Amino acid sequence: MKKHVLRPLWVAIFLVGSILIARVFLVPDDFGVHGDSFTYNFYRLSNVQEWKDFPAKYTSEKRCRRCHDENAGLLRESKHAKLRCQNCHGPGAGHPKEIERLSINTTRDHCLRCHQRLAYPSSQRADLPGIDGAKHKKKKECRKCHNPHHPDLEDM
Amino acid sequence: MSADLVVHGAEWTVKELFVYPNEFIYWSIQIVMYPYMTGLVAGAFVLSSLYHVFGQKDLKEIAQFSLVFSLALLPVAAVPLLLHLQQPLRAMEPLLTPHFTSAIAAFGIVFSTYALIVLSEIWFVYRGYFVAQVHALRDQPGIGNSLRRSVYRGLTLGAYDVSDEALATDHKAAKILAAVGIPVACFLHGYAGFIFGSVKANALWMSPLMPVIFIMSAVVSGIALCMLTYIVIMEWQAFRNRRRGGAVQASEIRGAEADVVSKSARYLLGFLVAAISLEILDLIFRGYTAMKSWDILRSVMYGKDFMNIFVLQYTLGNLVPFILLILPGRTIKRTVLALLLVLFGVFMMRWNVVIGGQAFSLSFSGYMHYHIPIIPHSVETFKEGVFGALFVITLPFILFWGINKFVPSLGRDAGTG
Amino acid sequence: MSCSRREFLKNTMAGAVAAAMPACSVILLAPGEAKAMTDGSKLRWAFLVDTEKCVGCGLCVDACKTENEIPYDAPVSRTWVERYVITKDGETHIDSPKAGRDGFTTGEIRGEEIDPEDIDKAFFVPKLCNQCDNPPCVQVCPVGATYQTDDGVVLVDRKWCIGCGYCVMACPYGVRFFHPIHKTAEKCNFCYHRITDGKQAACVQACPFEARKMGNLRDPEDPVTKVISNERVQVLKDEYGTKPHVFYLGLDEKVR
Repeated sequence: MKKHVLRPLWVAIFLVGSILIARVFLVPDDFGVHGDSFTYNFYRLSNVQEWKDFPAKYTSEKRCRRCHDENAGLLRESKHAKLRCQNCHGPGAGHPKEIERLSINTTRDHCLRCHQRLAYPSSQRADLPGIDGAKHKKKKECRKCHNPHHPDLEDM
Repeated sequence: MSADLVVHGAEWTVKELFVYPNEFIYWSIQIVMYPYMTGLVAGAFVLSSLYHVFGQKDLKEIAQFSLVFSLALLPVAAVPLLLHLQQPLRAMEPLLTPHFTSAIAAFGIVFSTYALIVLSEIWFVYRGYFVAQVHALRDQPGIGNSLRRSVYRGLTLGAYDVSDEALATDHKAAKILAAVGIPVACFLHGYAGFIFGSVKANALWMSPLMPVIFIMSAVVSGIALCMLTYIVIMEWQAFRNRRRGGAVQASEIRGAEADVVSKSARYLLGFLVAAISLEILDLIFRGYTAMKSWDILRSVMYGKDFMNIFVLQYTLGNLVPFILLILPGRTIKRTVLALLLVLFGVFMMRWNVVIGGQAFSLSFSGYMHYHIPIIPHSVETFKEGVFGALFVITLPFILFWGINKFVPSLGRDAGTG
Repeated sequence: MSCSRREFLKNTMAGAVAAAMPACSVILLAPGEAKAMTDGSKLRWAFLVDTEKCVGCGLCVDACKTENEIPYDAPVSRTWVERYVITKDGETHIDSPKAGRDGFTTGEIRGEEIDPEDIDKAFFVPKLCNQCDNPPCVQVCPVGATYQTDDGVVLVDRKWCIGCGYCVMACPYGVRFFHPIHKTAEKCNFCYHRITDGKQAACVQACPFEARKMGNLRDPEDPVTKVISNERVQVLKDEYGTKPHVFYLGLDEKVR
């Protein structure tokens, strides 16, 4: 058999070899199987820390109470006790150092999330007091009449 | 909405009834083109191998041509993927960190192997020709000729021995590669079928028959494309010869052509019948077992996709060409029509699998309609639109024209193989 | 002669043992092995959704988008809330407008007015990534860009993902999508950056009705684990063999 027959094989080996060498430079060192299974644990290890370092936007509700104890106390005694400060005031991480004032969502649509009356049998939604947003005081902000921190209807 | 907010898939998906919020048609036209192009590659190669391995002498000319054409198709098979990837610059990663539990990763290796086999086989078939060209161009003047000579010198890979023994070795090596290449081509396309068939989340795709259906229809499309291109080129050569007054040559070409076409058509019909049988079997099983997904699948297949599946694919793309090819008194014109319909039918099969599989929601309670972008108004609507598909389909012909200048595969100039 | 042969054998043995030591240490202390041994999976995150408590306010979706930087106006979200309204004629109406981001502020579903008198039952179902034990999305990733951590969360490596979309197609729950800006695969990761820092996931914290809770399945004293162990809970689409870790209370048979 003639030797030239192997030429394409050398080319193939060269190409495969190039890819294997390229791997050394292009593939991060911590890429591999980190766990029991090649199927589920094949990845770049440093990515886990990258995700752990992702910045949080919401802070703990306890932190709000430290300074805003008056509104927090009012809320706690009201029918809105279940609500979280950041439900209406937005993400609080970085407040007050980086963000001086938090925004407040005062739109009707925000209140209608819970208070659009939907009389759904078998859902707790039906237990929430509500109105028909299309009919009740249209276009008016809810907070003009209802104090969000103490919205109890008996007070009105 | 700013360009940043382009949710991939939202542009061309229209949802009906209840579809999960994150569901869109993510795998669109380029994912239809991809198995179509790889199918053409595999089919062209199998056709060529039928000559090299099984010694079907009358297929010699088309075998030459289909081998080189499969080389032109090969890089094009990767183009739809590059156009589809959201991060195309990372396209080498399946070769750098292949996660072999994924059909796509294994495919990277199989595809590369297949490319090497095709390239090697062409080398063995044409090496004698390359060497002859190096000698013939030696004393030719001009930059063009010396450039051509350099290319041929490179292509010989330094093997200049053209003794009878060497050429016989070439012939034997080509035969071995053609034989080895057949299972690799099957693997290549079986894998494309596996990519879909193994997705248990998709009620239409999940089927063990998928890899086999894909292989059968791939071979069908490959043979059909090679036959069609071959006929077109032969007819054009005949026409050209007639214009020059070479009437005898024209009819000679015609005669050889008819014989090749007749032989190839027989293989085409066999694979066509196999492909359609498997698909119908799949459909019957689904209807009979009536799993949870059957209600929505039935409403898609017999409802809004009825035209696409039963009229365009099964009837126009399978039944009509089948009849056209088996009826006696087969003319070239009728064959060309049949081949065009077959190619269309195989395309519709890919379309019905890829797009059809996304026509219903994972909730089984809603539908998604695909509106393919026609006039591109952004990079994404070009890449995943009609023009992107047209770009992919024309590319192999452009590449073939270029490759043919160095590796001629038509008519009497064919290599020694 | 026998002495030197004995010497030779002794030296060979000593050499072999000496060579085996570093070899053993490499094998025994290979990073993968050590990790598997020390972790022993003391922690496995699980999620509990109480559909009896969910009122469809959508504050969870709002918080998730804000916390995880998912473009607010894009129609995709890492978590969403579905509404089911089953009417007396046997029809099931399901919707999730803007993934439930703005809550449900109308009784109309896709423009169709539904008379409350006609309703048999109606409820809300929050959904998110199930962080499966056998995640099919991880199995099909061609490059190892998505994976399961040792505490059970499935993450996506944004720097490595090629954007092929295979994982998106492979998820039976439809939780995955392409991030419109990063152009890589995206999904809920249980707010991994928060839970590994002792905080609650954004959606868990935001829910005023305590419909969403998280716990450690390996800790028998964990209140969530107690519910999962002692009460009747359901999971979504268990026929796919994915072993999802989001457990539901009150999941109706009509839920898709």
